[in-house]
Amino acid sequence: MNRRAVTWWVIFGLLILFLLVRLTTGRMNGFWTTQGLGVWIAAFLTLFILSFLYQDNPFYKFAEHLFVGVSAAYWMVMGIWTTLFPNLIARLFPSFSLVKRILPEMADNPPQWRFLIPLVLGLLLLTRLLPKVGWLSRWALAFIIGTTAGLNFIRYLQSDFIAQVRSTLIPLVSAGPQGISWGGTFSNLILIGGVFCGLIYFFFSKEHKGAFGGASKVGIWILMITFGAQFGYTVMGRIALLVGRMQFLFGDWLRMIP
Amino acid sequence: MRLYQQIRDIDRRVIFLFIALSVIFPLLFQISFHEYASPIVQRIFDKVESLPAGAKVLLSFDYDPPSAPELHPMATAYVRHCCERNLKLYIIALWPMGQTMANQIIEEVIEEEFPQKVYGIDYVNLGFKSGGQGVINLILSDFEQAYPVDINGTSIDQIEMMKGVKNIQNMNLILNVSAGFPGLKEWILFGGDPGQIPVAGGVTAVSAPLLYPYYPRQLLGLMGGMKGAAEYEAALIKRYPQYAEKEHFGIFRMGPQAVAHVVIMFFIIVGNITFFIGRRREKKEAAGEGVAK
Repeated sequence: MNRRAVTWWVIFGLLILFLLVRLTTGRMNGFWTTQGLGVWIAAFLTLFILSFLYQDNPFYKFAEHLFVGVSAAYWMVMGIWTTLFPNLIARLFPSFSLVKRILPEMADNPPQWRFLIPLVLGLLLLTRLLPKVGWLSRWALAFIIGTTAGLNFIRYLQSDFIAQVRSTLIPLVSAGPQGISWGGTFSNLILIGGVFCGLIYFFFSKEHKGAFGGASKVGIWILMITFGAQFGYTVMGRIALLVGRMQFLFGDWLRMIP
Repeated sequence: MRLYQQIRDIDRRVIFLFIALSVIFPLLFQISFHEYASPIVQRIFDKVESLPAGAKVLLSFDYDPPSAPELHPMATAYVRHCCERNLKLYIIALWPMGQTMANQIIEEVIEEEFPQKVYGIDYVNLGFKSGGQGVINLILSDFEQAYPVDINGTSIDQIEMMKGVKNIQNMNLILNVSAGFPGLKEWILFGGDPGQIPVAGGVTAVSAPLLYPYYPRQLLGLMGGMKGAAEYEAALIKRYPQYAEKEHFGIFRMGPQAVAHVVIMFFIIVGNITFFIGRRREKKEAAGEGVAK
């Protein structure tokens, strides 16, 4: 056994000893209690995932696969019971015994036959499972892509393009009833200048030289500052997740946070 | 090996260890800092404050447990504030796990802190629907098409507070807590803008910079990450001091967050110093070799 293995065995031994002391002194819930079992499983799965930070290992792989499997099953079950069943089956076949049992208030409604269209399209999607008639699924996919593209095109054009351009068309000098707001003016100048220089950077039909090149350089700086802010926010988000997990381990599991 | 080389070649796991310690110690010693609401967060708070009792608020839970540490405190603060103001809450989810998150908030906040609130009169949980922006587009014109029943299978025609609610244009405010797609951006594009309904929301820190351009014309206010949650909690405590006794995970978690940020900044500075020292020495060595030749 090499030195590294001995070090790890010592660390594991100390951890188990620590857990035993806390368990025997009643400072944390045992895994044999109903509430405790869930917390212990969640704690060990968290540790399995965090173990990847040291190096890839079978514990991490196990937790990862478990997460993927459980998530997929959860999505499927939720999709069936919250969307497929009330929005399609109950509307098409209200007299169906399962509908009467689960959604009794919808059982008295007359069948809405127009929902046969989404049913057929849904079934066509499933033909992908049969290689000989798999091409039929393209019809349903064409419908999905067509409607989504049409819907997104209008909304993105209006809200993400026109409205954003309108938001940039602001006065250079910010003035109100109390006079000129220097802070607001500075902010407006940064906003307009930043957009202008950023656009120049992405204008490739003219060589970036002279005043044009200078504006382009300012554009790069604006972009770099944006990426920096984005990175800072990303760090904040990741640390927040770590804080959440540590709070669970040291609070809910080990009960070391009062 | 020189010191700067040792620092330059430091094992990444040592940095992980420092980050872990910078989070664990402030948690154990409960280090926290004073928080105050910035204008972008205060605007959401003021909007909720300005709504009259009985005003309709659509609250969409579009997140799942992986992003709960950031977003759950926001949702808790929102719901607490809306209940305090006696607003009617219409709860939905565009993420499958959002329904579970909503149930948890209902249990922890509405049922525990506001037991006088009646389901179907003060709040309703319509549950999850798949379809993302398609669902928003549908409820923009007709609620019942997307939500024929609530989470318990009760027809929405039978629910008291659904009477007179034809679509989301009947709402006074759309509040959203989201961790990605579909989320706040979709609510602005497909709900707020076409319906002329004020939209505000809380998002993960990662997605916050992408939503700032919509503020203030298309987006009423924005809470970005844990900091946003802490700021909303601070505004709530300032206005309603009775909530100071409650758990505020946003404010509590900002302590470890701040310490971890200091440690990261330290490593960035040290990393840059070693980089520049290394580059200068390499240049000197290259110049020395040139002279020797």
